[in-house]
Amino acid sequence: MASNNGDVKLIGAWASPYVMRPRIALNVKSVEYEFLQEQFGSKSELLLKSNPVHKKIPVLLHNGKPICESSIIVEYIDEVWSSGPSILPSDPYDRAVARFWAAYLDEKWFPNVRAAPMAATEEAKNAAVEQLKEGLALLEGAYGEKDFFGGEKIGFIDIAFGSMLAWLRALQVMLGGVKLLDEEKTPGLCKWAAKFSADPAVKDVLPETEKIIEFAKLLVAKIKAAAASS
Amino acid sequence: MAKEIKLLGTWASPFSHRIELALKLKGLQFEYLEEDLSNKSQLLLQSNPVHRKIPVLIHKGNPISESLVIMEYIDETWQHQNPLLPKDPYARAVARFWAKFIDEKVLWTAFKAYNDKGKEQEDAIEEFSQQLKFLEGELKGKEYFGGERFGFVDIAAFFILQFLRVLQEVKEAELMTEEKYPVLFEWMEKLQGNEVVAGCLPPREKHIAYVRARRAAAEEAASKTKAA
Repeated sequence: MASNNGDVKLIGAWASPYVMRPRIALNVKSVEYEFLQEQFGSKSELLLKSNPVHKKIPVLLHNGKPICESSIIVEYIDEVWSSGPSILPSDPYDRAVARFWAAYLDEKWFPNVRAAPMAATEEAKNAAVEQLKEGLALLEGAYGEKDFFGGEKIGFIDIAFGSMLAWLRALQVMLGGVKLLDEEKTPGLCKWAAKFSADPAVKDVLPETEKIIEFAKLLVAKIKAAAASS
Repeated sequence: MAKEIKLLGTWASPFSHRIELALKLKGLQFEYLEEDLSNKSQLLLQSNPVHRKIPVLIHKGNPISESLVIMEYIDETWQHQNPLLPKDPYARAVARFWAKFIDEKVLWTAFKAYNDKGKEQEDAIEEFSQQLKFLEGELKGKEYFGGERFGFVDIAAFFILQFLRVLQEVKEAELMTEEKYPVLFEWMEKLQGNEVVAGCLPPREKHIAYVRARRAAAEEAASKTKAA
């Protein structure tokens, strides 16, 4: 049925925000794919073979050829299925801005989402939370007048940032009700979050906050156990 | 015409060298502004408020930051000569992958491999060696990472590896050698022999002296912090 698109498989896991990115992108393009979920705690032969350098998900397999790194996969999807709605803007400067924010999220912002629940001290936790709030303030500034960062429809920044929404919401609960998305300080992002979550390309991909909280507990326990035994 | 394009950079930064080369390959006139990182200009602070880092490209007053993002911008804006990225989407994804690998993994692991001590250094040396093997494997059988002509990955990798060779000399280490990585060394020599590429490299002795001084300052600061 989808033979024009070739054989499309995605190696990933439901809870990973990085995996959510190509899933949303494939949905934007209405491309059907086989979702090969990794077992929690182990890595399949296929994953190790397809991504020998990083051994990480997501990996897109298009006609057997592997593409790795979530933002790179999203750009690939945008370029291959160019007749579908575009994910990156067409203007080179706007594209540079989109890539800039995606890089910022991955290099500076998301590490704090992971650091906050794992923090050994109250001080470290507060520092991570402050960094997150600073980043959200920057993103609030970058969010314009339209519904999405991409304009009328979701685009590259929406996908890069929005893929982290479930974890962001979970973190707020896990940190005892800390307001990261704040109606007063980040009203634009609050409005955006609701629209993004409801988008047809997104709603079946973004997990419920409760499920992420449950999963996060398992993950934290696993990491702490590994640290204790090493 | 030169006013239209400005590059904020520093003579010692491999990230800055990347952009110089990209602009020269496209035959573009530009104004180069040397930044003093201990006293950053207003222009830099305004143009890159998020990171306050170089390089920054300013085109018609619009700033672009992050060297790989800048390179893609240059490639997309000036398509008339020397394409940096290939046309095929899969080849582009592969190129972006290796450039990202260098920036996110290789550089940081190399710093630890050269500068750390004890077990952390040992682990980093092992990892760095594995990373160089991956690069060597990717390059084997090709003229350049980009194929017949050098491109995005070559530019991304070359200045970083040259910088690491300078660091290696300062630390008197031998992690990157021709014996261990013949393909990488042959490729580096080829690029060094290219006039335009070599023209973007700082004079070696000056670079070594600079990195040596910075390492000494960093080590002194670190020992003061420990003592305090």
